[in-house]
Amino acid sequence: MHIVVCVKQVPDTKIIKINPKTNTLDRRSAPAILNPYDAHAVQEAARIKSRTGGTVTVLSMGPPQAVAVIKKSVEIGADRGYLISDRAFAGADTLATSYALSKALEKIEQESPVDLVICGKHAIDGDTGQVGPGIARRIDIPPITNVIEVSKINSDEKKIVVKRKQLNGYELIESQIPCLLTVEKEINDIGYSPMPNMIKAARYEPVIWSVADLGEVDRAQLGLKGSPTIVGKMFSPPRPEGGKKIEGEPTEQIKELMKLLEEKIDLFCFKA
Amino acid sequence: MSEKFDVIVVGAGPAGTSCAFVCAKNGLNVLLIERGEYPGSKNVMGGVLYRKQMEELIPEFWKEAPLERPVIEQRFWMMDKESVVQFGYKGLEWGQEPYNNFTVLRAQFDQWFARKAVETGALLINETVVTECIVENGKVIGVRTDRPDGEVYADVVVLADGVNSLLGKQLGFHKEFRPDEVALTVMEVVNLPKEKINDRFNLEENQGCTVEIFGDSTKGNLGTAFLYTNKDSLNIGVGTTLSSMIKAKLKPYDLLDYLKTHPMVKPYLEGGESAEYLAHLIPEGGYRSVPKVAGNGVVVVGDAAQLVNAIHREGSNMAMSSGKMAAEAIIEAKKDDNYSEASLNRYKDALYGSFIMKDLEKYKDAAHIFEKHPQYLRDYVPMMNRAASKFFTVDGTSKREKQKEVLKSVTDERGTFKVLKDIYRAWKAVK
Ligand SMILES: Cc1cc2nc3c(=O)[nH]c(=O)nc-3n(C[C@H](O)[C@H](O)[C@H](O)COP(=O)(O)OP(=O)(O)OC[C@H]3O[C@@H](n4cnc5c(N)ncnc54)[C@H](O)[C@@H]3O)c2cc1C
Repeated sequence: MHIVVCVKQVPDTKIIKINPKTNTLDRRSAPAILNPYDAHAVQEAARIKSRTGGTVTVLSMGPPQAVAVIKKSVEIGADRGYLISDRAFAGADTLATSYALSKALEKIEQESPVDLVICGKHAIDGDTGQVGPGIARRIDIPPITNVIEVSKINSDEKKIVVKRKQLNGYELIESQIPCLLTVEKEINDIGYSPMPNMIKAARYEPVIWSVADLGEVDRAQLGLKGSPTIVGKMFSPPRPEGGKKIEGEPTEQIKELMKLLEEKIDLFCFKA
Repeated sequence: MSEKFDVIVVGAGPAGTSCAFVCAKNGLNVLLIERGEYPGSKNVMGGVLYRKQMEELIPEFWKEAPLERPVIEQRFWMMDKESVVQFGYKGLEWGQEPYNNFTVLRAQFDQWFARKAVETGALLINETVVTECIVENGKVIGVRTDRPDGEVYADVVVLADGVNSLLGKQLGFHKEFRPDEVALTVMEVVNLPKEKINDRFNLEENQGCTVEIFGDSTKGNLGTAFLYTNKDSLNIGVGTTLSSMIKAKLKPYDLLDYLKTHPMVKPYLEGGESAEYLAHLIPEGGYRSVPKVAGNGVVVVGDAAQLVNAIHREGSNMAMSSGKMAAEAIIEAKKDDNYSEASLNRYKDALYGSFIMKDLEKYKDAAHIFEKHPQYLRDYVPMMNRAASKFFTVDGTSKREKQKEVLKSVTDERGTFKVLKDIYRAWKAVK
């Protein structure tokens, strides 16, 4: 079983500041981390590997310092990793990113056939969730998004069964493999990586590919040139205003709260 | 069985990183383990980094290290409630290569320094706590960490785990601190635009200033405060020995608030924005508190070995030097594959022959004396302020008359005999 996980280095958006004048992310204000959903994707790949055997390869696109997220992935349990890094990739939107990653995937496939691709649900610096499905479309395998459990996987029969999160429940989906999954955080808990993984990661030197290493590539589809997306506007979400403070004796407060909750019941339940 | 290294260094502060750097540079297989998210993430320092000891490790480091400002002026304040007597030195030669010292922010500096160690071949692992040394037949053979499959082995374990060295205590090298052996220091990083800093401290671009504040900064208790300039922030902090704090019922953060709103200090901070608040212990026991520094398969460096000169606020430089000396001893020990205490005592010998132990010995009684005789900071600083005020006030009295008055006021307040005794005692403590 050869699993490829696509990972991204992102600024930690829990801390990041938005420049109030230009409304752009001040990337220097926050440390760069492995996109949290991708960490779960790597963890899931390592878990599947522990059942079926095989190899977990991670793939990332980014500046040279993004090797850090590949090393982090090795800590979690990946065996090896590739970073595609080149000026030609700079300024890529989701379309150009999925093109570049799919080209790198084709190259990995030539070295060793890929059975499964896993991505995080979305990257926390853009929240689009488009790159995973974009890759699947380009390499022509089925995408399954919002996966919360890999229930069965059988590499001989080339079948996988997964649970997919819905607004008010979940779907069980059976698919052929290779396919591409994008995973939610609840799919697993990221454990505390064992010491041997840490040592391996500290020693690991990821392979870095430039555009030239990827073979036949249409440069017009890369980077800024290949990115039709126009960012219209960026803004911090407005702080919720108003609200109501319930006062009085504790029992009164609880009564009042229950009354309010009953009035606004729609806010808490999804309609079937 | 898990991997075996030549050396495991616990703690990526200045002591541990120096040791790892020198070992790796000499071809040893080094594992550096740090509990923080990254080196420096939790480390606290007023911020003066000394050029000399750093340069011995990385020549011309100032060309690439993340430094704040070269210090070209050092001020000393004897502060009373509404006045201050100041002296200091400012010299442009300190603003040129090879410089004297620099202000730094440890979160950035430690990270850079550890990266240099990694570039020379050390392996760095973050977010990992060493919980104990693995001891077999009276010899340290490795460490246990809080990770699954967490044991790792080495010929020598270097304890560079900082002031409250739990690992050193576990090995019985030293005991719990007495409250007069440690100072509790709190500090804040206050963001302030560059231009304001330059104006207020009378500095130009890339010039820095340090201010050490005695007297009312600690409400007369044994300790000091500091105010240092970074590029676009100030470090302000204050600390006293734990015993003084307990005796005077002081709360460290109250003391910092008191300092920040003190009329002599406040104008420097006006309009600043608190960016970070940190608290840390400083080992101040000095010469007599230095524990055993070498054992079978283990050495202790930096704050973990209590190597701090509190009087001159030197700690990071002693940490670096001790780390380097330990590395040199390990390299020698490796040559004859002998890591016994006797062999590693090469480090102890080097340490005791160096400026570190000489300086600590020079001041071995100082803290004790100042603690036992609180009049120095509590009484003399206000006296100095009153004397200066009297002397410099123009009121028609002759200067000779004023000198007499000033002297008289001092001897009146404490008595001639006591003053002479105090002077003698202080001189003996620091001679
Ligand atoms: C407020 C303040 C101001 C100071 N000002 C100055 C100054 O201006 N100039 C100066 O030279 N010195 C100053 N000092 C002293 C200086 O900070 C220390 O002497 C110096 O940091 C000691 O270096 P070290 O490497 O021994 O310890 P530390 O810098 O404390 O490093 C110890 C490292 O070990 C790690 N660690 C600890 N336990 C474990 C474990 N079990 N497992 C893994 N990792 C562990 C810690 O996370 C830390 O990174 C100041 C200290 C304070 C508190």
